[in-house]
Amino acid sequence: MTEMIDAEQLRKKYLRDGMLPTIFCNGCGHGNAIDYTFWAIEELGLDMDKVAFASGIGCSSRIPGYINADGLHTTHGRALAFATGIKAANPELHVIVFTGDGDCAGIGGNHFIHAARRNIDMTVLLLNNFIYGMTGGQLAPTAPKGSIATTSPYGNIEEAFNICELAKALGAAYVARWPISYPYQPIKSIKEGIQNRGFALIELMSPCPTAYGRRNKLGKIESLWKWYEDNTILIEEYERIMDYGTEEERKNVKGMFQIGVFQNVKKAGFFEEYDKLVQRLIEKDDAKFKGGSK
Amino acid sequence: MKYERDPERIRRVLGDKVQFIQGDLALTYGGILAGCSFFGGYPITPASEVAEGMARLLPRVKGTFIQMEDEIGSIAAVIGAAWSGAKAMTATSGPGFSLMMENYGYAIMTETPCVIANVQRTGPSTGQPTLGAQGDMMQVRWGSHGDMEALALAPSTVQECIDMTIEAFNLSEKYRHPACVMADGEIGHLREKVVIPDEEEMTLVERVPATIEKEKFIPFTNSQTRDSKVPDFPTFGTGYRTYVTGLTHNKKGFPATDKQKDHEELITRIVTKISDDRERLTSIEEIEMDDAEIAFVTYGASARPAESAVAMARKNGIRAGMLRLKLVWPFPRRAVNELSKKVNTIIVPEMNLGQIVHPIREYSDAGCDVIRASKVGGEMHLPHELYRYLEEKK
Repeated sequence: MTEMIDAEQLRKKYLRDGMLPTIFCNGCGHGNAIDYTFWAIEELGLDMDKVAFASGIGCSSRIPGYINADGLHTTHGRALAFATGIKAANPELHVIVFTGDGDCAGIGGNHFIHAARRNIDMTVLLLNNFIYGMTGGQLAPTAPKGSIATTSPYGNIEEAFNICELAKALGAAYVARWPISYPYQPIKSIKEGIQNRGFALIELMSPCPTAYGRRNKLGKIESLWKWYEDNTILIEEYERIMDYGTEEERKNVKGMFQIGVFQNVKKAGFFEEYDKLVQRLIEKDDAKFKGGSK
Repeated sequence: MKYERDPERIRRVLGDKVQFIQGDLALTYGGILAGCSFFGGYPITPASEVAEGMARLLPRVKGTFIQMEDEIGSIAAVIGAAWSGAKAMTATSGPGFSLMMENYGYAIMTETPCVIANVQRTGPSTGQPTLGAQGDMMQVRWGSHGDMEALALAPSTVQECIDMTIEAFNLSEKYRHPACVMADGEIGHLREKVVIPDEEEMTLVERVPATIEKEKFIPFTNSQTRDSKVPDFPTFGTGYRTYVTGLTHNKKGFPATDKQKDHEELITRIVTKISDDRERLTSIEEIEMDDAEIAFVTYGASARPAESAVAMARKNGIRAGMLRLKLVWPFPRRAVNELSKKVNTIIVPEMNLGQIVHPIREYSDAGCDVIRASKVGGEMHLPHELYRYLEEKK
């Protein structure tokens, strides 16, 4: 660990000059995600020359622009596929992806499925705000049933996409979800995600007062941020209530978002497996060559 | 594992110097010879054999092959790998090429070197998957939204599948622009003799890496070290901490989405960095052109029956010739214009209803008749079909 620094020094060290102010609205949670990422990187002591960021399109995807590091701001939904190439050609790099619920779970769903399934060594920070914020508040696949959006003006009739459960089912090495209002757990998860040699998904529930909270009558910024505390429950607590709670307790927590670490396993990532394959082929070829045959 | 181009290993893995192989595999060979270290692809007829060849050979030269989830992901991974320093390539055909168009534009906008081999078929939509056509000659030029230039080569032989893939890498590295090898199902599945070039028979071009002081480096402007509109390349992981975006960006790479001047400057530079070199890049082959009065202008597979038709015509006393475009885009305006001053009639055989005939008309003299000789449906022109055009128009 490096020497302790304060918040001001942290920003100075990691923010890109000339890019501020951010595009984020008052009360948006996305700025916190930048801060948590900086703390995680600082605490791990990573060399920022060896960290590459990638993102797609949307509010959260603007984040790499604010970070003083290599950053690939790509096309809508495709960040994970771009990131796969970045990692492939230089496995030394720590690859961190910023994406949103529309970008990753909507248009980019297929890339997400396969990056997780292949267990590509990258850390994906998915900022879930239940809405397409940048384009003005259209319905996102993660929006809870009943949500009002400009394209669901009478209330959303679809089931919401639980992206962490999907990642878990695909065998992603690390899966966690936290509301962005909790500072310490996300920082710890980002660190764990970066350290994990496989695919890490950290879903951060980030309030969007402008495009989601306002339409869904979740009140002013403060009460919107509090909504996340009232509507989330630790995985362990949820499971305890489901197993041992009263009927009423079970009813109360049923619709809540489970938060915590869903999965944390150690297994070889794609490129580790690929290296083994290359090693095997090279040894075979070299032995054959030395043996005199072509 | 980090890739380093190892000429000896490459030659050992490719095998005999003279081989009898199909065009798709030759596209693979060309990539591997050029030093391609990353291939991301998705199966599609008639291009799948390029990926199959890469899957078999690339790990044996310490490169990385990934079968991606679709063509959008394939070109995305290729662009990502290019930013980490790889020479990267994908291969596809019509529908896959259509899917790649957004990220093709992204590669152009972000000045990313990479190669796409397109073993063309027809369309629209699924069309005739197993048969060849020249369906994407305009898509490669205009397929992305917005303003762009294109670098596109069209092989007529299996040997050229090797040579032009190497050339495509060279062009893409030089101009920091995607380069396309526009083969077609006929050439892709044709088997012919090839001669694998030795190391000293090849010229390989590498992108110019950023070397100047990091604080002084400006990533998206004319080179700061050479007289060139192509900026030096700040490979990810080398400390230049570059922000790369598909948004309109200023010289520093920062978004400038509402700035007219920044957009104009950027787009003008990324288009003219190629079009300025149009004449220098022109690559054509002339057959029987010295005294020709009538000529084919061809490219790709259709050059083969056209060449036979020219021979038939010469036997019968018709002064016919042929101009073959090896590099189709940027379009060789001067060569076509000069030809149109020389001959009375230009005939353009294409395996589509007329694509490259349009720029040929645009750059031909008014006095020269430019005629379309289209054949669609997955069959090549027969020599005597093309000969008939010569006989009628002589």
